[in-house]
Amino acid sequence: MLASVGAEWMKLRKRPSTWVLGGVWLAMLVFFAYVLPYLTADSDTGPEAAGALASTLPAELVGNAVAGYALFGGALALILGALSAGSEYGWGTVKTALTQGPGRLNVLGGMLAALGLALVGMVVLTFAVSAGASAIVASIESAPYAWPPVADIVTGMAGGWLVLAMFALAGVALGTATRGTSMAIGLGLVWVFVVEGLIRASASALEFLDTVQRALPGVNGGSLTAALGARTVEEGGAPGVSTLISGGQATLVVAVLAAGFALVAGWLQRARDVV
Amino acid sequence: MTATAALDRAANTSPATTEPVLVARGLTKRYGDVLAVDAVDLEVHPGEVYGFLGPNGAGKTTTMRMLLGLIRPTAGTATVLGHRPGSPQALAEVGALVESPGFYPYLSGHDNLRVLARYSGTPSYRIGAVLELVDLAGRAGDRFSTYSLGMKQRLGVAAALLKNPRLLILDEPTNGLDPAGMAEMRELVRRLGEEGRAVLLSSHLLGEVQQVCDRIGIIAGGRIVTESTVSELRGQADLVVVAEPLSQAHQVIAGLVGDGAVAQQGDALRCQVPAQQVAEVNRALVSAGIDVTELRREEKSLEEVFLNLTGSGTTTGSEAANEGGSHVG
Repeated sequence: MLASVGAEWMKLRKRPSTWVLGGVWLAMLVFFAYVLPYLTADSDTGPEAAGALASTLPAELVGNAVAGYALFGGALALILGALSAGSEYGWGTVKTALTQGPGRLNVLGGMLAALGLALVGMVVLTFAVSAGASAIVASIESAPYAWPPVADIVTGMAGGWLVLAMFALAGVALGTATRGTSMAIGLGLVWVFVVEGLIRASASALEFLDTVQRALPGVNGGSLTAALGARTVEEGGAPGVSTLISGGQATLVVAVLAAGFALVAGWLQRARDVV
Repeated sequence: MTATAALDRAANTSPATTEPVLVARGLTKRYGDVLAVDAVDLEVHPGEVYGFLGPNGAGKTTTMRMLLGLIRPTAGTATVLGHRPGSPQALAEVGALVESPGFYPYLSGHDNLRVLARYSGTPSYRIGAVLELVDLAGRAGDRFSTYSLGMKQRLGVAAALLKNPRLLILDEPTNGLDPAGMAEMRELVRRLGEEGRAVLLSSHLLGEVQQVCDRIGIIAGGRIVTESTVSELRGQADLVVVAEPLSQAHQVIAGLVGDGAVAQQGDALRCQVPAQQVAEVNRALVSAGIDVTELRREEKSLEEVFLNLTGSGTTTGSEAANEGGSHVG
């Protein structure tokens, strides 16, 4: 298994799209979580402006860092997962890897571990960049460097990683199921940005849809990030963040969904012919 | 390819054995109503280069994929080096190139082999050795996406050799190679057999199979229609005699080998005469005062044999023409 992790990690680390996705995520984070709120606060004097400025200060580090995971970060993680699994079929490397002899589930396990490791790096970088950006804002505004407790930061990192891992696993399952990247990414993004939104919008009118939405990846990811401190949409926070579900339940559902996606990918990998 | 480069085979060469390294019995694959492979029986022995010959869509690649565990058979059994196809134990000593070589386009040739070496637990010193063997060492640092078709194919062969395998399963390994590269590849395959490795080689080039393989299995419509050595398949060479008068020559030769072994074909006689009796025929014709203008042995081509067995059409492409072989399919 360790051999497969090493092989998968090398592939992921050297793949340009991994760094492009990471770079895009960090650029979005800085712009939407720090630059935009700061400019808003700078050009206005109302209560919204004060709230926007407060969100960029060190005390809000955890909430600000994880706020984007429920939608944009999750979408990028889904793309990363779909690329990792789907490309193997497009390039014909599935057969090359499997004929080396590590075993089908061993190869998949290596891929999931490498993705998990990459997401750890992504979360750490997110928090580091957020901390740097909020320190700069605090410095400019002469605000206190009131960092959240270490335990909150660690919890935030773990929760954020879980949300990203769930989306990445969804991408792996889609990439494996469709044996490619285009369809997997297309379906994944349509689900994240369109289908979940439509279900949420209709949930107030139809009771069964309200039950359905409580099992959705995005809703639970958003509820988990809210529980970690992210501001909800109603509070002017990032899209997808809500308090519909409690933090504990959302954590459980996210973990179950992640495991479910991994099982689907594993079953497909094990059961299907490589043609 | 550097012909002088050698694999360090001695490290894991097993004692010579007559036990087959690959056995398939009744191997069958059905896709819905389509029977892709129909009860294929196959044995490949150590040191043997086994040619798998058949038209496109005959079932060669599907059979190879089943032997590598990539496809599960609908029926039948197979063992590879005594293990279940696709099991880590079997694949530990099997090198494979199936259809087009699949590699990561953003990685260099060297890094692609590093990835594969990690999967298989192969020591990294093997990478340089196999790159040298396929003459890719000079371009090993370049991205795979920049390789020509021939270079990609050679990297595929390098990957197949990476584990220093006892059994090689090579699906059309000369695809995309120029004539010189094809000749070098044939030489390499022959050498691998001489080193004691077993090679299962599929090809659509009759000439290639004829030159490289010890035994041939001809597959058509998913079934192995015959299996034999090249010389057995081609049968005994006929003796073609052009002489004057032809009717008298017919009588003389028939007196030596029997009337049933002589047939007139245009202005020549086609005779089934053992090689050791050709000189005797010549002497008898000359002694009888017959003018012999041509006396030659003519073997059936593998292409004729193939066409007779499969009823398949062949085309002779420029590539095949360059190589003196026929392109099946």
